[in-house]
Amino acid sequence: MALLEVHDLVVEFPTRRGVLTAVDEISLHIDEGEVLGVVGESGAGKSMTGNAIIGLLEPPGRIARGEILLDGRRIDNLPYDQMRTIRGKEIGAIFQDPLTSLNPLYTVGEQLVETIQTHTDMTPTQARARALELLIEVGIPAPERRVDQYPHQFSGGMRQRVVIALALCVNPRLIVADEPTTALDVSIQAQIIALLKRLCSEHGTAVMLVTHDMGVIAETADRVAVMYAGRIAEVGPVKQVVKRARHPYTHGLMGSIPVIGHDADRLTQIEGAMPRLTDIPTGCAFNPRCPQATDRCLRDRPEPMPTEDGQVACWLFEKEAAHV
Amino acid sequence: MAAFIVRRLIQSVFVMFFVALVAFSLFRYVGDPINQMVGVETSLKERDALRERLGLNDPMPEQFWRFISSAAVGDFGISYQHKRPVSEMIALRLPATLELSLISAILSLAIGVPMGVYTGLHRDGLLSKVFMTVSLVGISLPTFLIGILMIYLFAVKMTILPSFGRGEVIQLGWWSTGLLTTSGLKALIMPSITLGLFQLTLIMRLVRSEMLEVLRTDYIKFARARGLSNRAVHFGHALKNTMVPVITITGLQLGSIIAFAIITETVFQWPGMGKLFILAIENVDIPIMAAYLLMIALFFVIINLVVDLLYYAVDPRLRIESGTAHGHG
Ligand SMILES: Nc1ncnc2c1ncn2[C@@H]1O[C@H](COP(=O)(O)OP(=O)(O)O)[C@@H](O)[C@H]1O
Ligand code: SF4
Ligand SMILES: [Mg+2]
Repeated sequence: MALLEVHDLVVEFPTRRGVLTAVDEISLHIDEGEVLGVVGESGAGKSMTGNAIIGLLEPPGRIARGEILLDGRRIDNLPYDQMRTIRGKEIGAIFQDPLTSLNPLYTVGEQLVETIQTHTDMTPTQARARALELLIEVGIPAPERRVDQYPHQFSGGMRQRVVIALALCVNPRLIVADEPTTALDVSIQAQIIALLKRLCSEHGTAVMLVTHDMGVIAETADRVAVMYAGRIAEVGPVKQVVKRARHPYTHGLMGSIPVIGHDADRLTQIEGAMPRLTDIPTGCAFNPRCPQATDRCLRDRPEPMPTEDGQVACWLFEKEAAHV
Repeated sequence: MAAFIVRRLIQSVFVMFFVALVAFSLFRYVGDPINQMVGVETSLKERDALRERLGLNDPMPEQFWRFISSAAVGDFGISYQHKRPVSEMIALRLPATLELSLISAILSLAIGVPMGVYTGLHRDGLLSKVFMTVSLVGISLPTFLIGILMIYLFAVKMTILPSFGRGEVIQLGWWSTGLLTTSGLKALIMPSITLGLFQLTLIMRLVRSEMLEVLRTDYIKFARARGLSNRAVHFGHALKNTMVPVITITGLQLGSIIAFAIITETVFQWPGMGKLFILAIENVDIPIMAAYLLMIALFFVIINLVVDLLYYAVDPRLRIESGTAHGHG
């Protein structure tokens, strides 16, 4: 049994112009200790999927259908107070912008201690000792002094280290990291990714790493899920997806893999733009941009089809899928 | 910290000095003080003698110095109209105004903040909508109208509350308090609601919009992602972040409560400084006007100082740092 399973997840937004489907029947799983990279252009539904998993969809967004299972137990329909014992404890989260993730009015130590004490029976003294340990672990110099400082006294990279410490502070089994380096200085992105990778492999923590940096994915992930317009285009082991991508969209993404930290030509290989939620074409959502589109692609929507080591939603692979 | 307080104190002294200058100019340029003091039958010679005795022929800076140094120790001269020391008259009426203002401020905070938090957290709840609608009334009706309506309802129709005055007061040294007797407390109800209602609705709406704003921030989402309880998120993290604007507005409003007490005091015939001031204007009783001006200024200065100190206590970003962000990465 996988650590996390997502089955046919649908996330909707009721709006004045009707219900928008931001995530449309997504299925994926993450094994214990595994790093699943999730890539796709901005607006593909990566954050919505991550937020649904940690149970923090912002209203009016809601899970309309589907299931999310942790250790085989459904967690998508838990009341707030039950879900919050899972958040932080079983599933940690890291968000995009470290400059705004920390409460400006509390010291770093206070925020660590608060989180530790929420999930454990530690005394304040023990929790503080643990907080110091964590700061050392994430590589913050002079932790005895830094622990009593406020977020604004830390640089962006240092703050993201604190955020990582907060996400890891009670050893969750899964971390949902939503573009953890996008907001950071290019020169320190690689350091933060390396830190996250090292800590998670040391603790056996699984990671859902959302990013649109294919270079990061290639270096870090075990498997990759490629998202397009709220659906999954392709899932597979990182080697296969990077070297022998199946889905035409993934091919486009792989056009050139930028070196880690250089976000110069990220995802600019494919002509055109991802459709907005309000005008997703019938058939395959990628058909206006796809060089291999056929008449059938304009008419019928390809469902995700199993491959030997993942899934792909593209008519070109119907025959291959039939053999699996 | 100490440097910050010293800087604030120096600023305050400047403000007070300037207000004192304005108050002093009142004496010089609004009518002739001698005319105000004596009757028509007083001869020119007597007038000159009085002028000399009061030091009105001395050089301006000397007169001003005399004015501020005596004001600093609470001596504002003699009322033209009542022929009694102004400080004595103020001491007699100050407690009434301060008690009324303070109770109004406490009322508007103690009710406005929780109502604001509630309407912020339950934005679409029925009770929130009721609060918001009622608060519109509080903001749009003029103070005196609410006062008169309440007098009609509770004093005239139902006769459960007194329509005027402070009720029974107890003397604590020079301070007369209405807080220790039932009739004194009863008498406070309507005036303090009238005076505080506007501020209450203002604070409620402010807290509500700040809460809505803060609840959308990343650090609140991250606090939830860390598994903190609703209580910790709402009160520990969200409410505290709304406090800086709330402190600012409350400080400003406390000043205007004291200043606006004039209207409420008139409606309820409350024996406070507001009424004293109005009578003083009618009779061009300059010493009282000058003293009132100085006192209100002093209140504003003190409130501002307290507001700044509260900021300092609440928001670490405002504290002056020796060194910020160290290093990189
Ligand atoms: N409050 C909202 N109302 C309607 N649509 C929204 C809302 N928030 C996000 N969306 C839409 O949901 C889609 C998925 O967004 P998101 O998951 O944030 O994308 P990603 O993280 O992949 O960039 C986007 O098309 C976005 O426009
Ligand atoms: S289904 Fe058709 S349009 Fe869609 S990616 Fe495959 S070939 Fe292109
Ligand atoms: Mg996103």
